[in-house]
Amino acid sequence: MPLNPETDYGTPKSKSETLVTLTIDGTEVTVPEGTSIMRAAMELGTQIPKLCATDMLDSFGSCRLCLIEIEGRNGTPASCTTPVGEGMVVKTQTDRLKRLRKGVMELYISEHPLDCLTCSANGDCELQDMAGAVGLRDVRYGYDGKKHPNPGIDASNPYFTYEPSKCIVCSRCVRACEEVQGTFALTIANRGFGSVVSPSMEESFLDSECVSCGACVQACPTATLNEKSVIEIGTPDTATVTTCAYCGVGCSFRAEMRGDELVRMIPQKDGKANRGHSCVKGRFAYGYAHHKDRITKPMIREKITDPWREVSWEEAIQHTVSEFKRIQAKYGQSSIGGITSSRCTNEETFLVQKLIRAGFGNNNVDTCARVCHSPTGYGLKTTYGESAGTQDFDSVEDTDVILVIGANPTDGHPVFASRMKKRLRQGAKLIVVDPRRIDLVESPNVKADYHLPLRPGTNVAVLTSLAHVIVTEGLVNEQFVRERCEWDEFEDWARFAADPRHAPEEVEKLSGVPADLIRKAARLYATGGNAAIYYGLGVTEHSQGSTTVMAIANLAMATGNIGRKGVGVNPLRGQNNVQGSCDMGSFPHELPGYRHVSETATLELFESLWGRPLLNEPGLRIPNMIDAALDGSFKGIYIQGEDILQSDPNTQHMAAGLAAMECVVVQDLFLIETANYAHVFLPGSTFLEKNGTFTNAERRIQRVRKVMAPMNGYEDWEITQMLSNALGYPMHYDHPSQIMDEIARLTPTFTGVSYEKLDKLGSVQWPCNDEAPEGTPIMHTETFTRGKGKFVVTEYVATDEKTGPRFPLLLTTGRILSQYNVGAQTRRTENVVWHEEDRLEIHPFDAETRGIRDGDFVKITSRAGETSLRALITERVAPGVVYTTFHHPTTQVNVVTTEFSDWATNCPEYKVTAVQVAPSNGPSEWQEEYEELSKAARRIAEPLVAAE
Amino acid sequence: MTRIYISRDSGALALGAEAVVKRFEKEAKERGLDLEIVRNGSRGMYWLEPLVEVETDQGRVGYGPVKASKVDDLIDAGILEGKPHKKCIGVVDDYPWFKNQTRLTFARVGTTDPRSLEDYQAHGGYAGLTKALEAGPDGIIEEVLTSGLRGRGGAGFPTGIKWRTVADTPPQQKYIVCNADEGDSGTFADRMIMEGDPFVLIEGMTIAGIAVGATYGYIYLRSEYPHSSVALRAAIDAARGAGLLGDNVAGSGYAFDMEVRDGAGAYVCGEETSLLDSLEGKRGEVRAKPPLPAHVGLFGQPTIINNVLSLATVPIIMDKGGAFYRDFGMGKSRGTMPIQLAGNIKHGGLYETAFGVTLGELVDEIGGGTYSGRPVRAVQVGGPLGAYFPRELFDTPFDYEAFAARDGLIGHGGIVVFDDTVDMAKQAHFAMEFCAIESCGKCTPCRIGSARGMEVIDKIVANENRAENLEILEDLCNTMKLGSLCALGGFAPYPVMSAVTHFPEDFGADKKRLEAAE
Repeated sequence: MPLNPETDYGTPKSKSETLVTLTIDGTEVTVPEGTSIMRAAMELGTQIPKLCATDMLDSFGSCRLCLIEIEGRNGTPASCTTPVGEGMVVKTQTDRLKRLRKGVMELYISEHPLDCLTCSANGDCELQDMAGAVGLRDVRYGYDGKKHPNPGIDASNPYFTYEPSKCIVCSRCVRACEEVQGTFALTIANRGFGSVVSPSMEESFLDSECVSCGACVQACPTATLNEKSVIEIGTPDTATVTTCAYCGVGCSFRAEMRGDELVRMIPQKDGKANRGHSCVKGRFAYGYAHHKDRITKPMIREKITDPWREVSWEEAIQHTVSEFKRIQAKYGQSSIGGITSSRCTNEETFLVQKLIRAGFGNNNVDTCARVCHSPTGYGLKTTYGESAGTQDFDSVEDTDVILVIGANPTDGHPVFASRMKKRLRQGAKLIVVDPRRIDLVESPNVKADYHLPLRPGTNVAVLTSLAHVIVTEGLVNEQFVRERCEWDEFEDWARFAADPRHAPEEVEKLSGVPADLIRKAARLYATGGNAAIYYGLGVTEHSQGSTTVMAIANLAMATGNIGRKGVGVNPLRGQNNVQGSCDMGSFPHELPGYRHVSETATLELFESLWGRPLLNEPGLRIPNMIDAALDGSFKGIYIQGEDILQSDPNTQHMAAGLAAMECVVVQDLFLIETANYAHVFLPGSTFLEKNGTFTNAERRIQRVRKVMAPMNGYEDWEITQMLSNALGYPMHYDHPSQIMDEIARLTPTFTGVSYEKLDKLGSVQWPCNDEAPEGTPIMHTETFTRGKGKFVVTEYVATDEKTGPRFPLLLTTGRILSQYNVGAQTRRTENVVWHEEDRLEIHPFDAETRGIRDGDFVKITSRAGETSLRALITERVAPGVVYTTFHHPTTQVNVVTTEFSDWATNCPEYKVTAVQVAPSNGPSEWQEEYEELSKAARRIAEPLVAAE
Repeated sequence: MTRIYISRDSGALALGAEAVVKRFEKEAKERGLDLEIVRNGSRGMYWLEPLVEVETDQGRVGYGPVKASKVDDLIDAGILEGKPHKKCIGVVDDYPWFKNQTRLTFARVGTTDPRSLEDYQAHGGYAGLTKALEAGPDGIIEEVLTSGLRGRGGAGFPTGIKWRTVADTPPQQKYIVCNADEGDSGTFADRMIMEGDPFVLIEGMTIAGIAVGATYGYIYLRSEYPHSSVALRAAIDAARGAGLLGDNVAGSGYAFDMEVRDGAGAYVCGEETSLLDSLEGKRGEVRAKPPLPAHVGLFGQPTIINNVLSLATVPIIMDKGGAFYRDFGMGKSRGTMPIQLAGNIKHGGLYETAFGVTLGELVDEIGGGTYSGRPVRAVQVGGPLGAYFPRELFDTPFDYEAFAARDGLIGHGGIVVFDDTVDMAKQAHFAMEFCAIESCGKCTPCRIGSARGMEVIDKIVANENRAENLEILEDLCNTMKLGSLCALGGFAPYPVMSAVTHFPEDFGADKKRLEAAE
């Protein structure tokens, strides 16, 4: 597709509903009040010359190129900072304006390097364009005059360079860092002619607070901030819009290519999830796609102690199928199963569960959502009737009170966090409920009004206590509850919540949160205007994960904060397509669209279309599969794109389960940790190499488009299809769009979805059907999906995972901005410069009493196991709490997490593990053994050379 | 008991007033004299500072300039009884230079003890507030509109209209910001008010707050004014202690309080929007208008930004009525202007008079010509961005419009005099250099244009393609004038082009060609 960059209207769109008509160069144009003259002109196709203006940023008025004349007014105002007025008559081109613009351009060029031909922005430079646009033919000052300060090229950031000699000091980068990203890492140092862009206090980009989101690079009109990839490769010549394959925000990107080489990923302004913003992962960390570790040929082996043997696709598929058939013949129909991937497309996920249900003939399908948001599905389905968040991301722009619980958006969902921070800077209030002092608690120009630093594991108690305040202080929105919810259940719940044992003063004793803070936070949430709750895995990954989700749902209903813009319950989903994989029937008990396998009518619909009888009993969940493997009744598994060994709890238990199986098939990009226990390795394809769709945290279905041929030869859905055909269950799809058509036929919430519509609208949010042909940005607007909202009594039950003399500290886990999940992708990019190893955050007090210094190796022990890593002493964690990330397999933090899990969904209790921490000399015994095993398991036999 | 007055004004201090005070104290102790030394503001006659005023039955008799080493001689000569001496100027109030002024804004400066709220009130202080409370917000604004008061910071925008705009915004947090970043060369009127009569500024801001519904005020004070800082803070504390600031101003039910914020040494922070940025803790950078600060000002709230002189003039307008004030002046320039005479001038100081006095009267008669005694060649009016006027334009009346008509500005009322040794090409170069250093760096014409301007002037002076470079300079000045975001870049061309126009010979122009062209 041609490059066709997105139009830059110069200034942001006005949200006003009042229209204003004016005349620009003799042509009338009608635009919303508050629109700049520059943007109004652009609506007519007139691009007034500009350099400092760009529609991602508020107007600034510094370059002075966009000057115009307005009839009846003196002077030459800037069109970017001057709003339209009714009846205004504007001229964009007069002799005086021409002279002025030439004069300004002449000044710019008088101190700009004259190396256009060899400049990395040649052909993609707004300064160059503008010199042409204003007809600059001569710089009468000459080129020998004084130049602005040039501190030299800064190439410290792995992805872009800063070349100050080319800077025109338009402040677009500084403003992007402030307005779009909200990090405030950049400034203009000095003043006057000495003005120069500076990261932090004149540090290098890498040493500064810069989070490498790329907004500054995106904003730069010259080569000053430029992608290293562009410097190396050159400018792109084609572009394809696709969707990021990292977190659940679902950023829309233009993959800009030269030939089949990816030059850069540019966030798409039209992307409704990201609105033109990006983070360090989506914007830059795609290098894993061509990393040397990438496996592109299928491999098999008899035993996991053997080295791998590269084979043809045909052999690999035949081998897999014959193994699965053999196992089923020997151990029964239920002895095999599979795991769908939350990183693969909807179509691929759909196909895997179809293969399992119809091809394997059982319901032994599960997905990684088991270990993250399965409680969301359960909790929201129970209370509201639909297993998904209620809002779109845009909703945050209308929010007055943001309650963040168990989520760390600036690390986990950075692009949405930037939108949230923007709203906070506009004055929205913020409540953070989290054991750690996450960045949102206090960062530049953002400060939580209340931070409730609860003890890990006490979410339900604190949420119920918030409800207690709302109920006992008369803050319930009774009108909403009477109209929209089941009143009897509300009354039961209200009585329960009002019980004195839920009073903040009581709950303080077990949660550690001062009662006063709970009261104030509850009042703010209930009375502060539009209040929205955003939550993450700190809510779900608990023994009471599902209860917590329902407690959140209760709060929103009780205060009427549901069913319109600016409010709602918003799970921040972890992986790019975790929403989609759940929607697509990845759970053992649910067919696509969250319909239970026991619903006869639904089952019959699927049976008739799929032509096979289907089981009406739920199959095995991942933990059940592992337990069954250890029992000897589960022997074969097809795992598409998930590293259960590294990501699931109690690693040693998981390893034993995998080792007990006879045929483990891993389909992935790399020899992931799980592949150490695999017998068949089917090389997968990256998101750049396939067509399909992802569904993000706001239920938005977006296209993934193939920009290059799969290095492994096939898109992942094609591999599943080959397996199915070989197994004797025929599939004949030529393109994923046909799979989506089948999904639409089978799923009531997807009936209106088609690739044609997605191409036309860019994206749609399900439900998308006859009632909502263009999708549903906000759910439960008139009634709840289940009819009336259901209040659920949320009794707090302390986890069985308790601290004691042996394990006095509570470990909680999370992630960091630069790394993603188990790190299989991001560890294979330059992102490692920011996070080369997992560290254990420990409070200075706890460190002191254990004789631990910053950077020391420490051993962390739980009743499940032990591992070692370096300590990071910080007050971000409270005394008694330690924290680490799980991005690096060498750390294997899940060796210490336990098998405790959510009572309803088996979602593991990652967020609470009782541990002891002590100084150590280095890696633990397990780590060393595992390292050995890992090395052995990854051996690939040299191909036999034919005798000559 | 004998009461004498020795100024605490920075100008007087710079000239040795502190040593004079110490000496008087020492002598009084040694001689057993019952002497009270009041530290007043300056009368504004700096060639007489340190001026010692002795309270007598005839009035305050002045002696100046007084050196510390001569104090015992003076005492011996009987000045404490008001006896004649060669340093005696007679009763200060009757001294012609002082008496001929129309002191409205500066009514008390030099007369009262700036630390004494009682003294302030005894000399008519807070009479304006009393009237203002009677008039109410609308009444205040009406009175200010009637007075014709225009912004004394330089732009000359009608103060009442600015106030009306803020008053008309919906009730919300509003602010009064006093621009005390007096950075123009040759200006010191703000400083004299803040050091010599700080309560009048506080009273003016309080009235402004009541008028527009603002409950808090900031004085943004340039860091180079440490004595003003001390004086203002002391006065604010005193006013607050007397219930004239706080939740219930003078028992009226209106709330108004204020504080002083120190600048960090940037000229551009005297530009109102940069000032707001700086006050918000940001790098001082000019904001594009609209939105006007009256709508979106400090911390995004409706804000009045007025110069010290504008605000300090409000109490007398309220006290005597808008019409009283309006009846002074000429044309659209109503009332009086505290004019500051500086540079190479014999009688440098502050001279408050009604608009309309000519530049020639100010320089030659009131100022007494140059200090060096050489002929006056050029006068820069309105700070470093003001135009240079030659003697030929000395008939220009001190009036916003009259100066504008001659491509000049009165600005903040500062006049800097140069004698015939001045090199006007160097002055033009300095204007560009000043701009290059002091620009906030935001807009292109100001940031880069000023650097190029210096170079072009250098080339002209070096006779390098003079004709072409003069044309380039004119083009550049035009780009800066019309293209700059604020007055810094927009007015830097004024001193440059006025120098080129009125003093072409300093730029190597051929006299003959010049004459031929005329």
